[in-house]
This record gives sequence, structure tokens and C-alpha cells, in this order.
Amino acid sequence: MRNLWIFINRYNAFFFFIIFFTIGLYLTVSNNSYQRSVAVNSTNEVVGKAYTNLNVLKKYLNLGDVNDSLASENAKLKTEVLALKKIDSAKNVVVKDSLNNSQYTYLAARVIKNSITLRNNIITINRGKADGLVSGMAVISPGKGVVGYIRDVSDHLATISSLLHKDTKVSVTMKKNNALGTLVWGTKNSDFRKAYIKDVPNHFKIALKDTVVTSGFSSFPPGIPVGRVSNTGIATGDNFLTIEIELFNDFSTLQYVYVIKDKLAEEQKSLESKLPNEQ
Amino acid sequence: MNSKIILVNIFRWFLLLFIQIILLRNLSFYSLATPFVYVLFLLLLPFKIPNLLLYLIAFVTGLTLDAFYDTMGVHTAACVTLTFVRISFIAVTVNKDNFDEPEPTLGNMGFKWFSIYAALCISAHHLVLFFLETFRLTEFSYTLLRCLFSTLFTLFLIILIEFVFYNRKAR
Repeated sequence: MRNLWIFINRYNAFFFFIIFFTIGLYLTVSNNSYQRSVAVNSTNEVVGKAYTNLNVLKKYLNLGDVNDSLASENAKLKTEVLALKKIDSAKNVVVKDSLNNSQYTYLAARVIKNSITLRNNIITINRGKADGLVSGMAVISPGKGVVGYIRDVSDHLATISSLLHKDTKVSVTMKKNNALGTLVWGTKNSDFRKAYIKDVPNHFKIALKDTVVTSGFSSFPPGIPVGRVSNTGIATGDNFLTIEIELFNDFSTLQYVYVIKDKLAEEQKSLESKLPNEQ
Repeated sequence: MNSKIILVNIFRWFLLLFIQIILLRNLSFYSLATPFVYVLFLLLLPFKIPNLLLYLIAFVTGLTLDAFYDTMGVHTAACVTLTFVRISFIAVTVNKDNFDEPEPTLGNMGFKWFSIYAALCISAHHLVLFFLETFRLTEFSYTLLRCLFSTLFTLFLIILIEFVFYNRKAR
């Protein structure tokens, strides 16, 4: 026992390090819901990668069967299309809807704190619970472009996970051909004027200078301009395109933002929470 | 430890954290190199502080930075790591028994010792900082690149500051 005590005392720097580092790590993980899920999942990441590599082999072995089933499905769908073409009774029905027209209301807020130099940038604004903000609301800038999502709310202040944050993802489309993608920032460079659109299906022809707008599938209203395509030829190695865009919004000079209140947000959330939990 | 050293360190703590939070938070080169000069405070703490107190100071400093950077726990873990490297490096290179320098400054210890000491401590701090901040391995090489450039930038600024406040003792 005495020897153990001497041992611990001799290497006390190391043991103190373990204790304090664990506290720091615990704080990091427990104060960030995304990181919490990663801390659990990063083991799965390793396992998942191994499975993907195995699947490449399996996929080739099964190609014949898959081709056959797809061909038969195609034939079936084609006959169905032919059958549908004969029916011609579709009419446009006009529905008066006072709810959808005023689904979104805007609230102006002043930026108190902003940063653009980190991997995960947080903006603080001068509106809070008293103004009806809740976590998850969308924030846009007055000129053009998205800013981010409300993160934490206190009585009179709120923090925003800016678009320049690793957790922020916005669903966007190309204005021309409605190709759907996910807007993220910072995986390849951390220039605050550039962002990336991931998971765009491969068959779309994306031209330079195409305008990118929000799709309306995240809490942003549809049609908000986000940026302009600046590079389409990024090699990714998966089956989807990754597109570099130039953001309209200049984060370094952000002064005022609009917080968007969505009247249907809660309804949508409660409806979608009934779905089985796989996103 | 006399009261003058304590006062100097408290003053240094406020000054460096103020500079870090007000000025350097907005400074970076292409978002690749971001300086974290406040670690100079931890580097310059006196030799004779007991280890536990050293860790507590590092912990509180990191926590303060975290509060301002909205990165809960990241700076804390990084500062604690820096303290561990500091203690190990000093234990290996400095003989505490017949030694009368109070603080590991550039003027007291010489350029070679100080630059190696600072480079090791800063790179340990930045490694933990950037990887905890990113928290995913898919951006490994890019994070490593950012870490390297930031280390060089911070090291450059710290050595610059040390040369500005250079007072060489007669040895």
C-alpha cells in the first residue's frame, strides 16, 4: 500500500493529467448533443467502414440478379404508364389557404458576437425566449443567404450555429433544374465565402454560375437564394456530386439577421416524430 | 513565492486573455492559421508551483476561454494537456535543486531551450484543441494541416512577444 502511494505520488503529474483531461473531455461530450452521438457512434464508424468495404465485393457478385429484377420492374412500370396515359381527367383545384400564405414570420435581430475563424462558429444575437425564439429556428441574413439555426435560447439572448459550423446542414436545390442537395461548410477548406453542396444526384448537369436556393425541406422557407455555383468538378469517390458554391452572404460583415418563425414547425415535428427513427 | 510574482501572473492572465478574446478571436490567415497566444500565460508560470495548482490554473484558464469561444471543454482539455507536456519537459531538462530562475522566460532560459519548450507545449495544445473541435476523423488531414499552421503562427507570435519583453539576466 505504501509502495503504491509512493508510486502515485512520484508520477502525480500523470495522474492529475488523467483526472483533469477526463473532466475536460466529459464537458466537451456532454455539452454538445452532436458530439455525444458521435462519441457513441465513432466505434460504429469503424465497423461501418469495414462493412462498406466488404459490400463492394458482394455488390459485384449480385449484379446479375439486381439487373434482372430492375428490368422486370421497368417493364411493369412502363405498362402502367401506358395505361395511365389514356385517362385524362386531371383538373386543377383551387383551395383558399390563409395559413400557408403567412406560414413564415420574420423577426429582426442584431448580431452581438460572431466569429469566422474557427471550425465551429457560433453567432450570438440579442433576441431570446421573450421574443418567442426556440431552438431549431432558421436564421437568414437581410440581403441574401442563410445564416444558420438557433442553438440555445436564454431570456433575452440566443446563440446560432452559423452555417460555418460542422453540425449545420441546409437542404438546397438548384434554381434551374431543382437538383436537391445538402449544403455544408468546411470539410475541405474553411474559407467563409465558400460552401459545398453534397449528395446531388449524379445525372444532373450543373452549370457554373447557377443560382442555389433553399428547398424548404429544412426549417428555411423555400426559394431563399444561397449562393452561386463556382466549381463542379470535385472528385469525391461516391455516387453523388459535390459542388462548390460561392455564398451570397458575407459572414464577416454580418450585422443584422432575420429569425424565421414557422407556424407549422411544431405540427410538422409532431407529425414526423411518429415515423420510425431512422434519418 | 513572493507577492510580486503572483501579481505579475494575475496581470498577465487578464492581459493575455483580453487580447485573445477581443483581438485574436477574429484573426486568421485563410482560416488555416489561427493563433492562440493565451497559452503563453501557462508557459510562463513559475517553476515552483505544485503540480496540482498548475493543473487547477490550466483548468480554470481553459474553462474561461471555452465560455468565450462557445466550445465547452475543448480548451480545457487542451490546456490540461499542455500542462502535462510542460511538467514532463521541465522534469527532463531542468534540474530543480541547484536552480534559481523563477520563471521559464526566454531571457532566463535562452532561445534554444525556450523555443523547443514552447514548440512542444503549443503543438500538444493545438493537436488536442483542433481534433476535439472537429471531432471526426474524416477531415483528418485537413485538421492536421490547420493544426500545423496554427502551431507555427502561435509559436511565431509567442517568441516575438518574448523578444519584445526580453530582459536578459546576468548569468
